[in-house]
Amino acid sequence: MSDLPPYPPLDPTTYDLIIVGTGVPSPILAAAASSSGSSSVLHLDPNPFYGSHSASLSLPDLTSFLHSNSLSPPSPPPPSDTPDFLSVDLATRSLYSSVEIATFDSSILDERHSRKFNVDLCGPRVLFCADESINLMLRSGSNNYVEFKSVDASFVGDSSGELRSVPDSRAAIFKDKSLGLMEKKQLMKFFKLVQAHLAASSTERDEGVVKIAEEDMESPFVEFLAKMPLPPKIKSIILYGIAMVDYDQDNVEACGDLLKTKEGIARLALYITSIGRFSNALGALIYPIYGQGELPQAFCRRAAVKGCIYVLRMPITALLLDKASESVVVETGGYKGVRLATGQEIFSQKLILDPCITVGSESMSTLTDQQKETLRVLVPKSISSEGKIARGICIIRGSVKADISNALVVYPPKSLFPEQLAAIRVLQLGSGLAVCPADMHVLYFSTVCENDDQGKAALLSAMSTLIKPQVPENLQSDSAVENDTAEAAKPVVLWRALYVQAMVKGEFGGSISSAASPDGNLNYNEMVESAVKLYEQLMGSEELFKEETSLDNTTEEENDGGVEIEA
Amino acid sequence: MLTLVYSTSSLPGRQRLSLSLSLSLSRCYVTLAGDLSNQKFESHTLAYLTFVSYHRRNMHGRPRKAYKPEEEAASAAKAAKLRGLQSQFMANHHNKIYTKEAVDLSTKLLEINPEAYTAWNYRKLAVEDKLSRIESDPDLVKTILDEELRVVESALKQNFKSYGAWHHRKWVLSKGHSSVGNELRLLDQFQKLDTRNFHAWNYRRFVVELTKRSEQDELEYTDDMIGSDFSNYSAWHNRSVLLSSLLARKADGFLPNKKIPDEYKLVQNAIFTDEDDQSGWFYHLWLLDQTVNVETPLLTSSWPSHGSRISLYAGCSNGSFSKLTTFGSESGSFPLVLYFDQAVGGVSSSTVTIDSELKGNEDLVWEPVSKKNSQVSCVWVARLKYISSEPCFGKEYKVKVRVGNSPGIVSSRGFNFSASYEFVFTAHVHDTVEESSQEGIVSWTDGFDIWDAESKDLNALATLDRSNAQMDSKWRQEAIAEEIDLFRELPDSKIGKLTLARLLMAKAMISDDAVKGVHYNEILELYKDLMALDSSHYQYYKDEHSVALLRKVTSSTEDLSGHLFRCRNMNNSVCLRLNNLSLSRIASVEKLLFVQMLDLSHNELHSTEGLEAMQLLSCLNLSRNRIRSFSALDSLRHLKQLRVLDVSHNHIGEHSVDTTRYLCSSPLSNSEWPQDEVGSQMPSLATKYWDAYFVLRDLNLKQLDITGNVIAGDEFSSFVLQVVPKLVWLDGKKLEI
Repeated sequence: MSDLPPYPPLDPTTYDLIIVGTGVPSPILAAAASSSGSSSVLHLDPNPFYGSHSASLSLPDLTSFLHSNSLSPPSPPPPSDTPDFLSVDLATRSLYSSVEIATFDSSILDERHSRKFNVDLCGPRVLFCADESINLMLRSGSNNYVEFKSVDASFVGDSSGELRSVPDSRAAIFKDKSLGLMEKKQLMKFFKLVQAHLAASSTERDEGVVKIAEEDMESPFVEFLAKMPLPPKIKSIILYGIAMVDYDQDNVEACGDLLKTKEGIARLALYITSIGRFSNALGALIYPIYGQGELPQAFCRRAAVKGCIYVLRMPITALLLDKASESVVVETGGYKGVRLATGQEIFSQKLILDPCITVGSESMSTLTDQQKETLRVLVPKSISSEGKIARGICIIRGSVKADISNALVVYPPKSLFPEQLAAIRVLQLGSGLAVCPADMHVLYFSTVCENDDQGKAALLSAMSTLIKPQVPENLQSDSAVENDTAEAAKPVVLWRALYVQAMVKGEFGGSISSAASPDGNLNYNEMVESAVKLYEQLMGSEELFKEETSLDNTTEEENDGGVEIEA
Repeated sequence: MLTLVYSTSSLPGRQRLSLSLSLSLSRCYVTLAGDLSNQKFESHTLAYLTFVSYHRRNMHGRPRKAYKPEEEAASAAKAAKLRGLQSQFMANHHNKIYTKEAVDLSTKLLEINPEAYTAWNYRKLAVEDKLSRIESDPDLVKTILDEELRVVESALKQNFKSYGAWHHRKWVLSKGHSSVGNELRLLDQFQKLDTRNFHAWNYRRFVVELTKRSEQDELEYTDDMIGSDFSNYSAWHNRSVLLSSLLARKADGFLPNKKIPDEYKLVQNAIFTDEDDQSGWFYHLWLLDQTVNVETPLLTSSWPSHGSRISLYAGCSNGSFSKLTTFGSESGSFPLVLYFDQAVGGVSSSTVTIDSELKGNEDLVWEPVSKKNSQVSCVWVARLKYISSEPCFGKEYKVKVRVGNSPGIVSSRGFNFSASYEFVFTAHVHDTVEESSQEGIVSWTDGFDIWDAESKDLNALATLDRSNAQMDSKWRQEAIAEEIDLFRELPDSKIGKLTLARLLMAKAMISDDAVKGVHYNEILELYKDLMALDSSHYQYYKDEHSVALLRKVTSSTEDLSGHLFRCRNMNNSVCLRLNNLSLSRIASVEKLLFVQMLDLSHNELHSTEGLEAMQLLSCLNLSRNRIRSFSALDSLRHLKQLRVLDVSHNHIGEHSVDTTRYLCSSPLSNSEWPQDEVGSQMPSLATKYWDAYFVLRDLNLKQLDITGNVIAGDEFSSFVLQVVPKLVWLDGKKLEI
C-alpha cells in the first residue's frame, strides 16, 4: 500500500452521491444512480479490490481480509481545521468473529496455486435463473461482463453421509431412485398444483382452475404440505432443498422464520420458473465464473460506463457535518461530505456507507441531537443483534459426489444431530468455474446461528460428514484401515476457514444511509430488495434501470444460445 | 458456458424456432404446389403435402395468430423473391443446365425453402452428372458429396422437419460417402433441440444400421433421452423396437424374464410421476403384450377334444344319446377343428397327421376359416368321412391326431409351431340310418332339458384347459401380479382402471382355473365403472366387458353348465344360451366348439365375427340384437351345418348407406356376377340386396326369421326364396313348395 504512488487530488470535489464500499448491494445503487443520468456518483472502497464483503479473493487475501478490520487508514489523518465543518471521526469494525483458518497441506499456498483461487467471502451463494438480481443485470446491461455456469445437481444429506438428489423437476422425479412410486405421484401432484396455481394467478381468471385456497395461503407452509398430504421425507425436501428455508418448521417455538404458505409458494415459484429459463442452463441454479466477486464488479463496470468515478484503496476517515450554529436553524447538523484518507474533502448530497463503518463512541458524546439524528444509522448499537451466519470454506481434493463437480447440498434441521437448529447449506464448486486448481474443489458452508460456538459446531458436523477428518500422521495406521470404504472415498481437506459473520441490514437515514451486509440466504434476493428500496428512498420512487431495456438487448436476443445449431 | 441474455418471453428457443418454421411452411406452400407435376418422387411429395396440412392444423396446441400487416408485406416480398428464384431454377432444370451458377441457384432456393422437392431432385441429377465427369477421383467425389451434405444441413437449420432434406441426406450417404461418424453427432444436436422429432429418429435408425452401431448402445441412448424427458413417444418407441430385436436374438443378457421386469420398473416411474402423460402408458401396453403373448403359436383347443367320444349318424336323427355329442350329416363327414392362439398358416395333411381306421381320409384337405383368399387363420377345419363305400356301422373307431408332426405350421409373424401335440378321440358310428324326418320348425322356447351339472360330460366335450402350458410362465405371472398390486393404488384414474382391468385379464389368461373367477368379477366391475366415467369410449369398454363376461362364463364347467341345455326335438343337440347378457362382442369361441345350438338373442351384437369357428353350429338365434346389415353376418358363410337362423328384430336395412360397401370391392365388378343364376335372373333385386345375396347364397338354410327388420317385406321375401331354394320356414311360416 505505502509503495503505491499517492493519489492526485480528486476532481470534481462535489457529487450527488458518494458510496463507500463495493460489496453487493452498493454497486447496484451506483450503477442505477449513474444510469439515471441525473446523478453524479463517486464510488470509493478502502480495499484494493472490488466487492468488499461479497468479493472473491485468493487464499492469502481472504485470510488477511478476515483477520483485519478491513483496511483502516495507514496513519491518523491530519487534524481537521476546516472552519466550516464539524468533523466526526469514523471507526471501522469487522463483521467477522471467531475467525479460524487452518492449512493442512501447505503446498496449497504455493505460488503456482495462489492465483488460481477465487474464493468467495459470502459463500455459499448462487443465483436462481429467475432471480430479481438476474433481471437487474439484464436491465442494467451488466450481464455483458459476467458469464455463468449451471450448478449440476442439488442434494439433501443426513448424518449417514448419503446424499439424495433433490427431485426438483419432472425428469428428476422420474429418475429418482430413493422415492417410492406413490411418493413420486404425490410429489408430482403437488408440483402440478403449484404450477396450476401460479398459472391461474398470472392470468387472473377464476374459471374453476385449481387454485390454492385463500385461507391456506395464510397458514404455515408446513401445515399446508402436511395437508396435501405429503410424507415427512418429501416435506423436508420441499422446505429445505427447494424453498431453502433456514429454521426447523416443525418446531414452532424455536423457529426463527415460520414460513407462510404464500411465501412458500413464492419460493417454489422462483425455483420452478428458474428451471428452463435459459435454454443452456441445466437446473434452477447458476454460478458466475471466477466467483461471486464478479457480480459487484459487473455492476461497477456498468456504473463506470455510465460516468461513475471509482477510487479503490481509498478509505474515508471522517464525516463532515454542518457546525452547530445559532444563526442557521434549518440545516443545523446536516451532512456535508467526507474526508478521504488523503485528507481531501469531498462533498455530496447523499452518502451510502459500507456496513462496517461506524462512528466512534467518543465522537458521539460531543454531538448535538440533530447531529446524532443525521448519523443515526452509523451508531454501533443498531448494527448489532440482527443474527449471525457461520460460514466455512474448505479446499478439498476429490469431490463429495463422484462425477459431479458443482453441487448444492442441504442438511435440513436435525438431520445431522438432534440439536441442529437450522439448515446447513453446502456448495461445492470446481475448477470449471475458475475458482480453484483443476484437481480440487472449494466447499462453502453456512448456517444461521445464535452464537459463534453453536454455528461453528454445526458447520464442523457437516464437514465431518462430507470430508475425511484430518488424522495426525502418527495415528494413521490400523484404526484408519478399519474405517469403511465410504470413509476412504471421502475427499481430503487441504485448507479450511471458519468464521462467523454479523448480519447488518441496510438502513435509510436521510442523507446518510448504510448498505446491507451479505445475508444468510443462498441468493441475493433480499439484498437486492433492500437496494431497490434504498434507491427508491434516495431518489424518490424512481425505478431502477428503467431506460436501459431496449437498447442493448435487441442484439443479445439473437445469440440466445439454444436455438443455434453448430455443425 | 452460459451467457446471460435478455429474453422478453420465457419461450424456450425451440418454440420460437418452430413459430418461424410454421411461417415459412405456410408461405411456401402455394409456390410449391405449382410445380407438383414435375415431381419425380411423387410418393414423397404426397407425404409432404399431408404433412404440411397436418402441421398447419396441429401446431402442438398453440393457437395460430393472425399476421400483422407488416408481416404480411414481408412475407409477400419473400414469396415474390422465391417465385423469381423458382422460375429461374425451373428453366435450368428443364434445360438440364448443371453449371456451378445453376447449382448455386438451387442451393439458394433450398436454403429459403427446404421443401422444394424438385430442387432436391435436380441436385441429385446434378451430382450424378458431376460424378460421371470425374474419373472417380476420391477427393473430388468427397468434395462434391460434402457440398451436398452442407446444403442439406443448412436446409435442416431452416426446417428440421423437411422430408426432402432428410431424404436427400440419405441419398448422399447411400452414394458411399463415409462421414457417418459425423451423422450421429449431427443427430445428437437435432435430437437435443427437438427430442421427439421423428425425422431425426428415423434417420438415426438409418445411420445406426449403416454404421452397424450396436443396439445396446442405442438402447442406452434411449435411456438418456427418456431420462431427460420421459414424454417422448419416439424414444419409447425406439426402445421397444430395439428391445424386441435384442430379445428375439437373445443378445447377451437379454432374456425376457430378466429384461421385461426391469422395463416395468422403468415405465412405472414414468406413469407414477405423471399419470397424465400418455407415452408411458403406451409403453406399458407394449410390455403387457410382451408378457402375455408367447411368440410361438400354440394349439388352444380342438373338436373333437382329447379323450372325447362322439356319435355319428348318417343323416339327421332324433335318437336319444344324452351322454354323447351326437352328430349327423347328409354328407357323411364330420368337421375336425383345430383352434390356434394366433393366426397360422401351413396346416395340411403333412403337418397334421391322422391315424384312424376310418377309411378315405388319407389326404385330408385342411381349410383356413377366414376371409376369402387368406391362407392364415386361427381356425382350421378338415372334413373326416365316416361313411365309406364299405359298411362299417355300429363300430367304434379311435382317431389319433398329431399336430405339428413335421414342421410347416408358421404364425403370421413368422414363428414356428414347435410343440407338437397329439390328441385321441373315439368316433361311434351308428348303423341306424334314419331318414331325415326333421322338417318341423325349430323352436327356441320348447323342448329343452336342463344340463345335468353333475354329469362329467362337459369335461369331455369342452377343452377348458389350454392344451399346452406355457413353458416359462412363472416370471410372467410374477410380473403381472406385481403390476396388479401396483395399479390397485391408482384407483382414481381412468387409464389406471383400464390398465388394471387389462392386467387382471392377462392374469386370468395365464393362471390356473381355480383363481380365474375371482378376477373376472373385478374386471367386470372395472369396465362398468369405466362405461359410466368415460362415455366417449363407451363402446370399447362395452366390448371388453363382453369379452370378460364370456371368459367368465367359459372359465369353469360350473359356470358353463348353467348356460347349457339339451334340445329334445333336435336330436338332443347341445344348446348354449347366452341371451340377455348385453353382449356387444363374441369371444371365447375356442371353448365352445362343441355347441350345436346357440341362443344369442337379446344382446347388443353388431356382428357375428368369431362364430365362424363353431363348425358344429346348426341353429343360431340372433334376434333382438343390433345387426345393421347382412354384411355383418358374413362370418356365418363358413358354417356348413347351419340350418336355422333367426335375425328377427334387428336393424337390417335401417341405414340406407352401408359403410362396409365402400370398404369391399364393388360387387358389380365381381367376375362371378354375370355367370350367377340368380344374378342374371333378377339383376335389379340382386343389386339392391347384394349384401344379403352374398351371405345367403352360401348358407344352406331351412329356417330363416327376418321379421322386425326394415328390410323385411314381400319383395325381400321373394328374393330370399330365389337365393335359398331349400328354405322351408320363413318368418315362422311354412313355405308352399
